[in-house]
Amino acid sequence: MKYVNEFRNGDVAAKLARVIANEVESDRDYRLMEFCGGHTHAIFRFGIQDLMPENVNFVHGPGCPVCVLPKGRIDNAIKLVQDHNVILCTYADLVRVPATKQMSLLKAKADGGDIRMVYSTQDALQIARQNPNRQVVFFAIGFETTTPPTAVALQVAQQEGLNNFSVFCNHVLTPPAMRHILQQDGDQSANIDGILGPSHVSTIIGSQAYAFCATEFHTPIVIAGFEPLDVMQSTLMLIRQLNSGRVTVENEYTRVVTDEGNRKAQALMQEVFELRPIFEWRGLGMMPNSALQIRDIYAEWDAEQRFAIEHITSSDVKSCLCPAILRGLNKPTDCKLFGTVCTPENPMGACMVSSEGSCAAYWSYGRFRQPDTATAQQERTA
Amino acid sequence: MCLAVPAIVIALNESSEMATVDLSGIQKDVSTVLVDDVNIGDYLLIHVGFALHKLSEKEAISTLALFEELEVMNNQDEQASS
Ligand code: SF4
Repeated sequence: MKYVNEFRNGDVAAKLARVIANEVESDRDYRLMEFCGGHTHAIFRFGIQDLMPENVNFVHGPGCPVCVLPKGRIDNAIKLVQDHNVILCTYADLVRVPATKQMSLLKAKADGGDIRMVYSTQDALQIARQNPNRQVVFFAIGFETTTPPTAVALQVAQQEGLNNFSVFCNHVLTPPAMRHILQQDGDQSANIDGILGPSHVSTIIGSQAYAFCATEFHTPIVIAGFEPLDVMQSTLMLIRQLNSGRVTVENEYTRVVTDEGNRKAQALMQEVFELRPIFEWRGLGMMPNSALQIRDIYAEWDAEQRFAIEHITSSDVKSCLCPAILRGLNKPTDCKLFGTVCTPENPMGACMVSSEGSCAAYWSYGRFRQPDTATAQQERTA
Repeated sequence: MCLAVPAIVIALNESSEMATVDLSGIQKDVSTVLVDDVNIGDYLLIHVGFALHKLSEKEAISTLALFEELEVMNNQDEQASS
């Protein structure tokens, strides 16, 4: 694949690793948070941690939309199917996430619920057109990357007067979550020295949206692509900022990220959505102005209003460490349930469900790893 | 969830704001409502059936060139230390 394979070249990775090893200062630690689950996945899949000197460590952040969605919202979605008999359209990532009482969308489907996995909001609209006598709800989740397609769907539904379609909106925002992590102190602090910034969220919001990391929190940030060479190059850029005492926003992923982002997508989001006063994030708790809700002019297509959806307080499996893992305080292997009770086949928490979750990444790529690893070798020679 | 891939535009339907893209031999129709000025031969970043951004080939090439330069510096380091 053009513009993918070039950024996976094993020889260049080995050279970048040598440059990084040359440039790190041995008397300090570099704790770098990759905010996105996509980066966590890449770091494990390509064995990048193993190519780093010992004092360069990746701390996994909360940027996995499935992982931060609180259980109560999945309970809400299951109720829509069971109590209101709607056709629920969802991205596949969500169907196995555990809800209350060991339920999940997949189990609700097995029990006869009409739950359909869609690839795009366009598919959900099509299902609504084809089923004029049924209510069709799109279960919208995701950060800024996934929000514009939902906004388009709402506009199309309004234009077509598609009255049996609505959106259950769970879109969340990246900068408030980043701010939340940086604000913590004492034993709640993730103690991070620098941030690998989101790839595709940034194509929408632009690199300047992160200026506060540098100006308010004196933390350098480099917007990084998802390919292994992007991650390594961005890590090198962070190490150079830290070594020289510079603190700024840099952009490694210039091939798709600009300073200002995608203005057209931003305007569309602005037209359809407004800030939600408060929203619950798994792991990070209740955060003001951290999520979006549908504006009044689109209220007719808002599932929360149409079906009077109420807040359900979530209670997570007690020993699940997801909340602390999402804050960068613990690693999956610190969890008692990891790999015994909790596996991708039988996940107890959301961090094990999504392939971008830290627990799933540790399990899939790290668990059987010996200190200088088979995975990294394979990827290098692949 | 935020994964998106670059794909080349092989056909355009301007009236419906859709494009056909080719992804390693697989063809797909995607919406271009979020991106202005799309042309055949452009690379688009595709996510859940939508083009999110155009890929700048010039920037891609200059990032790759940066890796080449690193290589040179690294070799010089090695020669200097040997
Ligand atoms: S291993 Fe399972 S139970 Fe433990 S933190 Fe991860 S998801 Fe939660």
